Amino acid sequence: MRLVILESSEEVAEWAAKYVLKRINDFKPGPDRFFVLGLPTGGTPLGMYKKLIEYHKKGILSFKYVKTFNMDEYVGLPRDHPESYHYYMWNNLFKHIDIDPKNVHILDGNAKDLEKECEQFEKNILESGGVELFVGGKTLMNFIYFFKDMFKGQVVKLRLITHVIVQIFSLALYFGRSGMRISRTKTEYMSKSEEESAAIELEGEILTSIRKFKYLGSIVEREGGLDEEIQHRITCGWMNWRKLSGVLCDRKVSCEIKGKLYKTVVRPALLYSSETWPITKAQERKMEVAEMRMLRQMNGVTRKDRLTTVLKCVQP
Amino acid sequence: MIDKGKLLQFVNCNILRHHNIIREDVWVRDGKIVNPEKIFFDEKIAADQKIDCGGLLLAPGFIDLQINGGFGVDFSNEVENAEAGLRKVAKGLLAHGVTSFCPTIVTSPPQVYDKVLRKIRKQDGSCDGAAVLGIHVEGPFINKEKKGAHPENCILPLEKGYETLVNVYGTLENVAIVTLAPELHNAGEVIAKLTSKGIAVSLGHSVANLHEGEVAVKHGASFITHLFNAMLPFHHRDPGLVGLLASDLIPTGKTIYFGIIADGIHTHPAALRIAHRTHPKGLVLVTDAISAMGLEEGTHRVGQLAVEIREGRAFVAGTNTLCGSIATMDQCIRTFQEATACSIVNAIEAATLHPALTLGISSTKGTLDYGADADFVLLRDGLEVMSTWIAGECVFKDSSAATK
Repeated sequence: MRLVILESSEEVAEWAAKYVLKRINDFKPGPDRFFVLGLPTGGTPLGMYKKLIEYHKKGILSFKYVKTFNMDEYVGLPRDHPESYHYYMWNNLFKHIDIDPKNVHILDGNAKDLEKECEQFEKNILESGGVELFVGGKTLMNFIYFFKDMFKGQVVKLRLITHVIVQIFSLALYFGRSGMRISRTKTEYMSKSEEESAAIELEGEILTSIRKFKYLGSIVEREGGLDEEIQHRITCGWMNWRKLSGVLCDRKVSCEIKGKLYKTVVRPALLYSSETWPITKAQERKMEVAEMRMLRQMNGVTRKDRLTTVLKCVQP
Repeated sequence: MIDKGKLLQFVNCNILRHHNIIREDVWVRDGKIVNPEKIFFDEKIAADQKIDCGGLLLAPGFIDLQINGGFGVDFSNEVENAEAGLRKVAKGLLAHGVTSFCPTIVTSPPQVYDKVLRKIRKQDGSCDGAAVLGIHVEGPFINKEKKGAHPENCILPLEKGYETLVNVYGTLENVAIVTLAPELHNAGEVIAKLTSKGIAVSLGHSVANLHEGEVAVKHGASFITHLFNAMLPFHHRDPGLVGLLASDLIPTGKTIYFGIIADGIHTHPAALRIAHRTHPKGLVLVTDAISAMGLEEGTHRVGQLAVEIREGRAFVAGTNTLCGSIATMDQCIRTFQEATACSIVNAIEAATLHPALTLGISSTKGTLDYGADADFVLLRDGLEVMSTWIAGECVFKDSSAATK
């Protein structure tokens, strides 16, 4: 999977148009071999469409053997309404090129049976051999899920982009406008995807993929697990305990004082942001074990003394 | 003749649509301008024939609401051969971009009306000539004081109102516009009656003051015949009919249209500018052309009078009274645009959209909207007519044009 970031939207439009041009021409479409193109609407692809029209007028791109399927259309909006996608596609692309109207497919938002219309649309895509190249705009993210549902896992060649990529791309643009830049070496990403995706490139530099990272004091894991977090909490607990060990382990200090100190200083460190943990019994046990160790050490007791029940009186 | 159902696509042209000049193709089928989006998505077909317009300006065909004749033919005089005369003029007008017109009959004896109003019929345009929208009957119910070139002995009063009118004209079947003087007795009811029959009433050849004009408008009058000519001049305490351009007593939603002869002679360019700036939406270019239009210098006939052409102008023979112009519609448009320095859009609309609105036929004529008749002209820089098209068929092509 490849991420290409360019300086301006005009460059992106040209890049995209050139890519489409290349793919279509390399495919060498013919009367028995149609190139099936998936198309978007909206502000993002406008520049690309203008470029494609330019290439057509120059004579280097023909849509004679191209079939198109548009992503979507509004329900209930008249087809010639200026906001409808039929209107958009006609005025921004179709009327300027040599595509055969029979090869153009856009969902009919005014169909009497919308379910049937969608089913027929799906059928048309499959009958045409599936989409060879799908062009998507900024809102592609939402449609990835839409299409996955629509096609129910059937073979459709779509490139899946994860949330993170789109976020980086948008962020790079956003900060770029105020003169800030995203560091390629320092940027890391963690992807929560069901399949292993190839490395993400940011202008030639491959970004590091990590499995866990610390966010606002808590550790977030790739699979959403807690082990790392709990381990971290226990470590923090011990750190605080050690700071007080002089007082906590002193034989002359009463149990009461030791208990209060423990509850005020050590406990909070152990339980920081634990309210939301989907904790398992095993993990809970682990924390108990850690606490017990701390309490035993404080009172000069070993496990052999078997005084756990008594020590538990420390808890409120 | 174009085959029925053939879909034509006029490409590489700049068109005047919705008050703008845009780069757009024009699709024509069965003589009408059609919506390509519908055809693309519903019928899923491509054009049968593409016609390259060479980057020219594609405008609706011109409409002339007042033309007395031309090319030697005088509608008011050509009684026996009325149809032949009509055909000659209709054909000759194509070269000047006019695709629809109203043959005008000036004040004439009753026998003339009786015959001519029956012989000149409304008809569609074709390669044989421009469309006839209906007759413009200018007179005989006008004011003797402002007869202009009309014969005084044929001028009549509206004695019994509408009854007199019908008696004189014989039939109103082919009439589109009637010009009369609103100050005449019974004029009010006549105007109302004519309006109710769908005939446009125009005020002209009159000495009416502004109030009389406003009353006439209330009755239904909607047009003014050749503004400034054959009416009282504008006066700051009584603007007369000219004042209708800025009257606040015009019923809301109604527009007063006014014909103006922009040949550079009948109206001073400054007067043209004043009229345009006061009420641009109502300005309608008319030629008021006489039979001598298209002819050489000399003496000819107009109605019942003899006319002399000298120095590019037409006078009543033996006098210095102007009696009609010999400028063609495309010349008028150019003169108008130069004098007022208005936009190309405004200049063209004054000869297309506004006349169509006057007659209430703007859904089929005067525009390039979907559903309108495919009557248009291809113009080059300088608003010169390169070709004229009626119902999507080329009916005139400028032979002196360079390779197309």
